[in-house]
Amino acid sequence: MVRVRYVDADILIIGGGMAGSGAAWETRYWCRNCRIVLAEKANINRSGAVAMGLSAINTYLGLKCKENTVEDYVKYVRGDLMGIVREDLVYDYARHVDSTVHLFDEWGLPIWPEPKTGCYVREGKWQIMIHGESYKPIVAEAARKALGDENIFNRVMVTHLLKSPSNPNRVVGAIGFNVNDGTFYVFRAKATILAAGGGSQIYRPRSQGEGLGRSWYPPWSSASSYGMLIEAGAVMTMMEARFVVPRFKDGYGPVGAYQLLLKTRISNAYGQDFWKPHIDEIRKLYGGKGNYVDLPITPTTLRVFAQRLEWIAGRGPSLMRTDETVKKARRVRQ
Amino acid sequence: MPSYVIPAKCTGCGDCVNICPSHIMRFTKSGIFGRKAYNAEPESCWECYNCVKHCPQGAVQIRGYMDFTPMGGAVEVYRDEKTNRVYWTIRYRNGTVKYFVFPIRTTPWGSIKPPTEYPEPPKEFLRTPYLSCEHEQLGGNKLGVELPRMKVPEVVKAEVRG
Ligand SMILES: Cc1cc2nc3c(=O)[nH]c(=O)nc-3n(C[C@H](O)[C@H](O)[C@H](O)COP(=O)(O)OP(=O)(O)OC[C@H]3O[C@@H](n4cnc5c(N)ncnc54)[C@H](O)[C@@H]3O)c2cc1C
Ligand code: SF4
Ligand code: SF4
Repeated sequence: MVRVRYVDADILIIGGGMAGSGAAWETRYWCRNCRIVLAEKANINRSGAVAMGLSAINTYLGLKCKENTVEDYVKYVRGDLMGIVREDLVYDYARHVDSTVHLFDEWGLPIWPEPKTGCYVREGKWQIMIHGESYKPIVAEAARKALGDENIFNRVMVTHLLKSPSNPNRVVGAIGFNVNDGTFYVFRAKATILAAGGGSQIYRPRSQGEGLGRSWYPPWSSASSYGMLIEAGAVMTMMEARFVVPRFKDGYGPVGAYQLLLKTRISNAYGQDFWKPHIDEIRKLYGGKGNYVDLPITPTTLRVFAQRLEWIAGRGPSLMRTDETVKKARRVRQ
Repeated sequence: MPSYVIPAKCTGCGDCVNICPSHIMRFTKSGIFGRKAYNAEPESCWECYNCVKHCPQGAVQIRGYMDFTPMGGAVEVYRDEKTNRVYWTIRYRNGTVKYFVFPIRTTPWGSIKPPTEYPEPPKEFLRTPYLSCEHEQLGGNKLGVELPRMKVPEVVKAEVRG
């Protein structure tokens, strides 16, 4: 016999990663008497793409210190995604991101301070540096305090959204199951927020043997957010830009700190520049109306494409020249 | 086989089983030594080190995938919520050892003020663009500036395909 549990709520949040935890905080702030429940397939304390800790916050505008404007940011994202972007959505999250970061700061996330200016140490134009080992447990503490542990359903994997029988355009909850004991869950809610993260391993991996499928994105990022929404009939937007993150030799982690903060050079296997030999070809193919190839910050999709062209030409793998950076650091110290 | 449990050290407390975001730390059937944890799906391991950090016995270790990480190297971690520090030990295969210490939090655990301890927001603010803590009347202006005014964007027409 399958055990069935019905949970009735005003608001159901699916996924307790960064987005889901933020939704928990914000919904509780505005609705003090609502019953808000959250279903998370792992344990909220260490779930989501932040579970292992991060080294940077990739978007912080610095409005307070007049470092950037919201418009600048929209322009940057438009360039990075080569024009295929809902600028209203980008504008909307960009104008709120600073206050969220300031809340993290207050909660106890160690953000590198810039003592002279009172702002934060920049990793790049949009990124700031943190000691982020406990990023997720800190944010999870806020979410747990907002909802109360009795309203957080850990290890419940949501599989389908429920739609109203009288109005097919309305989601009225979701169903799922506990991955440990198989209990079947039926959530009935007035509003549902789906925040189950992204999708990794969508393309066949190049790596072989023990490393098969290794990517820095979590293996469990199973694109539930996309799958459930598409099945429920939602129109998906901004899904056009996608890229395959190229791996550097001997590693498969994100390289932001080396690339942006330490300005480490990327080369092909022969120590040569990976980008210049392909500029003309890529400009012809993808330069587009926005002159994307010649932007000050090369769009990610084009950058990784150039790396792939190097591999196809037999000049792989790509190298992140940490050796040069370490040597430089040593020279500076001497 | 990225994370693995040393059975002789494991007491079967379940902390790693409880925390693993990939849900791959599982218990063996209880034998004469009681239950032990083990990594049931090494190929789905994220190598996030959460099982290592949460194991009170130091019974979980990780080795890199052999086609990326030079054999013989090792990374060890100890995380301490009392001093709020994380200690990393990096062992190279040539014998070099490096130690790193980083802060993990600047405030005591459990000290976050929940949203319900802020005064209830005035109803009319639901129609403004402000989120919590972005306006003097919403728990203080943590944004540091007034929100830039924006024109309401044109409604993007969604074409329903299929
Ligand atoms: C290795 C790595 C390094 C990164 N470094 C940085 C960095 O330095 N700076 C930075 O700003 N960003 C960084 N990022 C990106 C950042 O971590 C993510 O963009 C962010 O965490 C995404 O948050 P999210 O809430 O959308 O998704 P997630 O955090 O992935 O949350 C999704 C949650 O939903 C749960 N879930 C999924 N499916 C279901 C389901 N069907 N039912 C129930 N629950 C479900 C998952 O368990 C998870 O907890 C990094 C990411 C990775 C992987
Ligand atoms: S390293 Fe992470 S994913 Fe792998 S078993 Fe440990 S907790 Fe799970
Ligand atoms: S946390 Fe450590 S002692 Fe506890 S079950 Fe896991 S491996 Fe065993």
